[in-house]
Amino acid sequence: MTEYEAVIGIETHVELQTRSKMFCGCPVTFGAEPNTACCPVCLGLPGALPVPNEAAIDGILAIGSALDCELVEHSVFHRKNYFYPDLPKNYQISQYDLPLCVNGRIVIDVDGEPVTIGITRVHMEEDTGKSIHVGDGGRIADAGYSLLDFNRSGVPLVEIVTEPDVRSAEQARAYGAELQQIVRALGVSDARLEEGSMRFDANVSVRPRGSAVLGTRSEVKNVNSLRSLERAIAFEIDRQIGVLEAGGRVVQETRHWNEETGATSSMRSKEESEDYRYFQEPDLLPLHVDDAKRAAVRQALPVLPAARRAGYAETGIGGRLAAALVATDGLGELFEEAMASGAGARAAANWVTGEVVAHARRMGVGPADTPLTGQHLAELAAMVEDGELSATAAKDVLAGVLEGEGTPAEVAAGRDLIQISDASVIEDAVDAVLADNADAVGKITAGDTKPIGFLVGEVMKATGGKADPRLVSELIRSKAGG
Amino acid sequence: MPVDIDIAKVAKLARIALDDASLERYGRQLEVILEHAERVQALPTGGVEPTAHPIPMTNRFRGDVVTGTLERGEILAQAPSSEDGYFRVPRILDEP
Amino acid sequence: MNDLADLTIVEAGRRMRSGECSAADLLDAVIRRASFTEAHLHAYLLIDRDGAGAAAEAADAELAAGRDRGPLHGIPLALKDNLTTRGLATTCSSRILEGYVPPYDATAVARLRQAGAVIVGKTNLDEFAMGSSTENSAFGPSRNPWDPDRVPGGSSGGVAAAVAAGSALGGFGTDTGGSVRQPGSLCGVVGMKPTYGRVSRYGLIAFASSLDQIGPLARSVEDAVVLLEAVAGFDVNDSTSIPGDVPDLRAGLGAGVAGMRIGVVRELMGKGIDREVLAATGAMVDRLSDAGADIVEVSIPAVEYALSAYYLIAPAEASANLARFDGVRYGLRVDGDTTEEMMARTRADGFGPEVIRRVLLGTYALSAGYYDAFYGQAQKVRTLLRREFAAAYEKVDALVSPTSPTTAFEVGAKTADPLAMYYSDVCTIPINLSGDPGISVPIGLDDARLPIGFQVMAPALAEPVLFQVAAEVERIAAFAARPSLAASEPLPT
Repeated sequence: MTEYEAVIGIETHVELQTRSKMFCGCPVTFGAEPNTACCPVCLGLPGALPVPNEAAIDGILAIGSALDCELVEHSVFHRKNYFYPDLPKNYQISQYDLPLCVNGRIVIDVDGEPVTIGITRVHMEEDTGKSIHVGDGGRIADAGYSLLDFNRSGVPLVEIVTEPDVRSAEQARAYGAELQQIVRALGVSDARLEEGSMRFDANVSVRPRGSAVLGTRSEVKNVNSLRSLERAIAFEIDRQIGVLEAGGRVVQETRHWNEETGATSSMRSKEESEDYRYFQEPDLLPLHVDDAKRAAVRQALPVLPAARRAGYAETGIGGRLAAALVATDGLGELFEEAMASGAGARAAANWVTGEVVAHARRMGVGPADTPLTGQHLAELAAMVEDGELSATAAKDVLAGVLEGEGTPAEVAAGRDLIQISDASVIEDAVDAVLADNADAVGKITAGDTKPIGFLVGEVMKATGGKADPRLVSELIRSKAGG
Repeated sequence: MPVDIDIAKVAKLARIALDDASLERYGRQLEVILEHAERVQALPTGGVEPTAHPIPMTNRFRGDVVTGTLERGEILAQAPSSEDGYFRVPRILDEP
Repeated sequence: MNDLADLTIVEAGRRMRSGECSAADLLDAVIRRASFTEAHLHAYLLIDRDGAGAAAEAADAELAAGRDRGPLHGIPLALKDNLTTRGLATTCSSRILEGYVPPYDATAVARLRQAGAVIVGKTNLDEFAMGSSTENSAFGPSRNPWDPDRVPGGSSGGVAAAVAAGSALGGFGTDTGGSVRQPGSLCGVVGMKPTYGRVSRYGLIAFASSLDQIGPLARSVEDAVVLLEAVAGFDVNDSTSIPGDVPDLRAGLGAGVAGMRIGVVRELMGKGIDREVLAATGAMVDRLSDAGADIVEVSIPAVEYALSAYYLIAPAEASANLARFDGVRYGLRVDGDTTEEMMARTRADGFGPEVIRRVLLGTYALSAGYYDAFYGQAQKVRTLLRREFAAAYEKVDALVSPTSPTTAFEVGAKTADPLAMYYSDVCTIPINLSGDPGISVPIGLDDARLPIGFQVMAPALAEPVLFQVAAEVERIAAFAARPSLAASEPLPT
């Protein structure tokens, strides 16, 4: 039985959220009325000419730098020639053999193991318009006619291509997630897969383990989430292995991922691959990046996710909590704020990645979009440590803060959750319960600790849940333990 | 040196629908022109960089500023077919 | 000569400011001339009486109110129909753009309007500027005012004919392989191509992006300077536009050529050039020597390959530039069941044979497996050519040659053989490839009473030197002949 390994390369397109488009002054918008953000340039009207957006160039250089690429000194634009109705000039201004950034790498973490994924290149291009297919069936092949909107035409697009270093669907997802975090940390794009500001295509092939020869690869498209990326690649690996095991050959083709059926299907295969007839774009001048520019780009980089994770891990919270803090917007900031306000690292990390995330999700908002501050968290942690709040009560208080009821102290008071810590009051309650439960007391005295929980529960009932259960438990032990 | 051209393939790449007679005619004409243009191959160009631009400049940019767009009415006034603010085309066969 | 239509721009401007005539008078004169000549010449595709009338009126009102926009204020001009004009149909003489009305002005057009010029209309050209005679126009050829059985040259044949015949005082064409200079030569007017990047290409409907330039056609060298001044200069909308100030283009006018070194391009003075053209060119060179110039023979061997390189580079770029004409967003649409079919039929029906020929040629030259041998190699030849020109300009201030190997040929004479037609550009093409400026100045007539043009070339950015030599050529030639069709009364039919 042959063992196979998967060889995967991932191509990612990222829309840069600059104010204006790549080659013209139209606004970069989302959700605007069709064809209301267009001009002669992005419509491909006769006589129009492109002029590159400097902010877009800065954006791609930042991405390249963050991916540890070499920012090449001499780079040019090329025309990629093909006909398609959403491509107004029927060529796309892109880059061919002299891209802006080359030879980078990302280190991803899969189950605690670091894996280095090589980045072959990062290049600059322009996005196309959008087409809507009208008619029977949702697929293009069944449509009666199509409608075109060129608002997206000309939006700056960065293409990132990996070496075929990815070896599993899990690694692919980890790569996608890390790249997304990096792009967001740079502030160049919101990188939302569901909105199309970040898009993945995967090239998948399999080969017998140990073989040096690459298998035939297929290209997988229409992946709209990280989960889809993982599922689609996993499916494709299995499918290809199945083909080979059955004695067949894998066909080089493009396959379309269907989220509902959970399968890839062959797209209309082209007899031969497209001949793009690349030639250097005569309407644009070459790009020159000197040492000063390279240094400036590197200088301007924010703290990247890997560095943030390492920083958090150093506080003693461990790799998984650190990764969770970095993975979602706003969590890291809450954590840092909480620590600055005096909270312990572990407590803060647990609160943020646990209850805060969970409750925010229940509320249907992002954790960064609530009134909760790190200071609140520090206050909350302190109240629990001081015995003012039980662990359970603290969760309620957190909910209240998230929902805007005020500070932890205000919420605790408002919801009447403050624990009774007056020892005499608790002692009276304990005495009363012990008096009513002589059998249980007897068992405890005899060394059986099981009834303690029951008795604590009774005291909690009697005190309306506000006794500090730790104190109650201590008192019961000492009074009944003998 | 006669040049051999797959004219049907070229016409397809150029998206021009030509009948067989036209294809043959253009194919022959292209061969004649190319035999002449081929002369460029006789010049020794080892070590010579191609000129993509007569202008020896680099790094022309514009600032990231929003300038005007065209009115949709003006844009669609030129469209052979439009619907609800979109350009309309017959069904598209190929995926991009 | 008292017909306003035959004035130079400079003279017309003087008369306007002295009150002898108005902008409306000038416009009336050229429109009247057009009414006689158009039936014979077909220089115009569109005469915009209303727009031009309004502009002339506005120009007169402004002058009266003391607002003077400069030398082009109120001057009626013709524009080649591949320059976008807002609100005015722009067709490139192609069926695929029949009825297309651009929503924006080319930068050069906007600058002309700013300068107060009156745009009379849009003139005929070879379809998409591909040709040397206007016979490739989808709307019929234009004719030469010196002999209507002959071509006016191309691709800017319409504007050259209009300027020569008096249905405009000046105008602008575009020059990719000689398409302003050669028709200038064949029609006996001045035609000039600036340094690549000197005039913005925004709104110039592209043929070959690394070669195209907008250039003036006029009745005098000074008029050509005036026209160029109005449109030259950096444009933010064109990445290939030269930054910085435009030099004083008039600096050398009237200074003569004494002490200048002028090179005669050997490769353009031999085989393939008409006997009479050669003789006239040689005679002018001798006169320049008499006027004090140092004449030397200069060899630019790569010139022998320029035509071949051009017929790979220009069609290659054109094949991409013309891809946008697909029936989707503007222009002609021929229906199909699928978009693919619609595009292919639209382009087959909308493009004429020369355009199709060049698009196919260019597509082939760029295609996989052929790029290095054809397009790639041609761009290297271009580098060699530029080096040789640069080396030549170490020794001389300007270069000269004939503009066209022949005078105006008969309509239909060269249409059977594309190569024969392409050869018309053998003298003009080299500097489109090098990016340097050049100008054609009429210097005389041949035995058939057809104009002969003399070409002056200068280094990149050296327009002042170019005009200096050209002005001297003009002075020496004292070319005053008028074409038979530039008449002030209706012509016998």
